[in-house]
Parts: sequence; structure tokens; C-alpha cells
Amino acid sequence: MNDKPEKLIDKKGLRLDGRKPDELRPIKIEVGALSNADGSAYIEQGKNKILAAAYGPREVHPKHLALQDRMLLRCRYHMAPFSVQERKSPAPSRREVEISKVIRESLQPSIFMEYYPRTGLDVFVEVLQADGGTRCASITAAALAVADAGIPMRDIVVACAAGKIEDTVVLDLMDEEDKMGSADVPLALMPNLNAVTLLQMDGILTLEEFEQAVNLAIEGCKKISVIQKETLKAKYVDVKEVEE
Amino acid sequence: MPVFFEVRQLVAPGDLIAEGEYIAGENTYKEDEKIYASRLGLVETENKKVSVVALKAFYIPKAGDIVIGTVVEVGFNGWTVDINAPYPAILRAGDVLSRPFRPQKDDLSQVLDMGDLIVAKIASYDRTHDPQLTVGEPGLGKITRGQILKITPTKIPRVIGRKGSMISMIKQETGCNIILGLNGVILITGKTLEGEQLAVMAIHKIDEESHTSGLTDRVTQMVKEEKAKMEENKNE
Repeated sequence: MNDKPEKLIDKKGLRLDGRKPDELRPIKIEVGALSNADGSAYIEQGKNKILAAAYGPREVHPKHLALQDRMLLRCRYHMAPFSVQERKSPAPSRREVEISKVIRESLQPSIFMEYYPRTGLDVFVEVLQADGGTRCASITAAALAVADAGIPMRDIVVACAAGKIEDTVVLDLMDEEDKMGSADVPLALMPNLNAVTLLQMDGILTLEEFEQAVNLAIEGCKKISVIQKETLKAKYVDVKEVEE
Repeated sequence: MPVFFEVRQLVAPGDLIAEGEYIAGENTYKEDEKIYASRLGLVETENKKVSVVALKAFYIPKAGDIVIGTVVEVGFNGWTVDINAPYPAILRAGDVLSRPFRPQKDDLSQVLDMGDLIVAKIASYDRTHDPQLTVGEPGLGKITRGQILKITPTKIPRVIGRKGSMISMIKQETGCNIILGLNGVILITGKTLEGEQLAVMAIHKIDEESHTSGLTDRVTQMVKEEKAKMEENKNE
């Protein structure tokens, strides 16, 4: 993988994988992929392959962590050692600890935490193959897993990134674009309530570019949200159609 | 006052159901005069109340509910019971023993041991305390025989049917006694193994097809057909 491409955007304005600047990678989502979990989801976004599982609400162990007035949400984001080219140590890295926190904080506003005091909800995200934008794909999958577990939610959170490569603001960066581009703006959204639950920025953007990137990411989120909700409903629609 | 969804339509969390002077029922919430779904389920309306019948949910205890649980811990002066809920239930020794409880003399594991199944009623529960059980009523107590079946707790009302039509039909056709735990655990005790199997089959069918209409008729038909088959096998 040493052959670095010279240009991230060609003369026609297309990207390395032939996408237009405002185009998403192909997405495939599955709900209920794991039978042992209370709720689960699997997402493929481009070359990303991510599993998410939700357990709960259940008793919190160790007990002293339980909150008296609301549910405790715990998230663990982990990348498998084989998920990237160079073997990744399975021990949680600084980056994974950060993403775990980011996922927790972006899901929290969507869940009715106060309904079930003294209980815990555990969300596990396992990245099987990484290709840039895993934190966003992880949030999309994790929110779906929580909804599949039957936990009351305000909305299903969806996330998508935008960024800048070679002076162009583009949607949904893949690995090479993320590494060689100049900025990355991941954003999580509750689409029906139009509320942003996560907004980060890595790199340098002018105010205009930033606004452009945020708007582009919101549009991307809305597109993914449609697929996300359809997939969740499809799990039950299939059953319904078989009988009728 | 627009309504955005038809009755019995499938909605996901966050979907807008109605706007205006409606009352938010189960599994919905209201924000700025708009009612949204909070769980995946089917929309139901009753007068001005809009609610969602959840397709997947977990059991939350309510005082007065009959539940079936497993003893998971024998403690100093009582038992901890798993009732398939996010909270562990507590059963006090004084409630089970007819005489006053003497901690030095009585061996609680002689009365109820780990793994024992019990039918109990929820005596009390609120946000700040774990549910407490009682077995001091006829029909409650340790389960000695029968079969246990687990289904999604939200589907128990479907097993009961309208005014108990479904459950009484199954009881009549199979000759089994059925106790429905509102926590999604069902106890079936019959005179014959065939009868029990028949009841298990019927309940499984309800669990799988709970969100369709005309279910009672289809289950009745299935039970009768299966019963006839069993009779044939016996005669051969």
C-alpha cells in the first residue's frame, strides 16, 4: 500500500473510487444480526464492516456505578486486530477510548434514560474492517441496535462525516481521503427532531467551508436515516407479508 | 389536527404520528404539540389517545402483576428471584413460611432452593425500590410440574385475547391449565404430554403472528387440526 495516488480528485471532479463530491459510499444495514444480544445491527459502509450489540436494560455490575435517577449507558468501541492493514493491538488505544465516549454521548440524548433508574444499558461496537469514517458508521449501527433492543428513544441517531480534500468539500470520506485530506467533520443527527448530537472537527477549514461541510453532512445523515429506518421496519414487515 | 399514520401501521422511534390536540399514549412522547413514536411498533388510536403497541419490549414490574420467576439466590431472610425484568425481585422468608421466621433455626434452602420456579404476585414496586413478591394467595407458590415457555412480554395480551377468548379456547381444547406470567413466562400443566405440546404449539404461533388480525380463528383451526392428527396416530 505504498502507491500513494497523486490526486484525490481527478479532472472530471470524481474521487478515487469514482464518487462525486456529494455522494455517499454504498451502504448495507442488517438488524438483529446477533441472536444472543437484546438488540443488534451490522453495517457495511464502503469497505467498513461493523457489528453493534446492545444489552439491557439490566442490572449494573459493579453495583456502585448504578445511578439512582436514571439508566447508565456504557459504550465500548473496539477495532479487531485484523481490521486494518498493520495489525492493531487489541488493547484499547487512546483513540478507541475517545470514540467510545463520543458514541455514548451522541446516543445519550436520544434515549429516555430517566425511565429506568438503577439499570444499565451496554452497547458494544466491534469494527471488523475499517476504511475511514468508522465512528460515524458505528453510531449509525449502535443507535439501530439500541432501537432493536426495544428501548424507548426520541429518535434514531444517525451519523455521517464531511471533509475537505484538495480544496473541495466532500461527503463521507474514506480512509485515503481521511489521511491525506485537510479536514474531517463527523456529525451525528436526530433527523426528525433536527438536533445535532455530535460535531467534531479535525483539520483546518474556513468558516464558509465549515458551514458547507456541516450542511453536506446533515444531508448525508438524512439519506442514511432513510435506509436505517427502512431496515429496522423491514425486520417485521417480512414476517407480516408471509402470513397474509 | 393532522394524523400522519394509519391505524396498525408500523412506526420506528422518532416517527411523527400526530399533531395537535391528541394525548400521547404508551410508547409515544409529546413535544411541541407533536406526538412521536418512542418504540418500534404498530399505531393504535382510541378517541384522542394515540399509542404504539411495541413489537419488542421488556417487562417492567407493576404492583399486582402475576409473574413466574426463578430463584437465583438464597439470602439471610429471603430469596432473590429473577423475573425477567431489569430489576431483581425480592421474596421475604416471612411471606413464605406460615409461622414466624426464626433466622437461627430455619434453613431457607429447604423451602425454596436456587433454580426453583415460583408463581408470585408483585406486592410493591416503584422507581426507588426493587420489586417485592408475595406468594400468600391461592394459586401462588412453588411450581412442581408442568412446562415453562418464554415469549415476548408485550405479547401476553394477545395470548389472553379479547375478554380471554384465546386463552380459554386453548385451555378447553388442550385440557391444560395455563398460568400466564405477565413477565412473558408461561406455565402449562396438563394431564397428558400431548395436551401440553399442543398448548406450546398454539402459544408459539401466537408469539410469531401476534401482529396479524383474525388470529384467534387461525389458532383454533390449527389446534383442532393438530388434535385430530394426534388422535389418528393414537388409533394406528
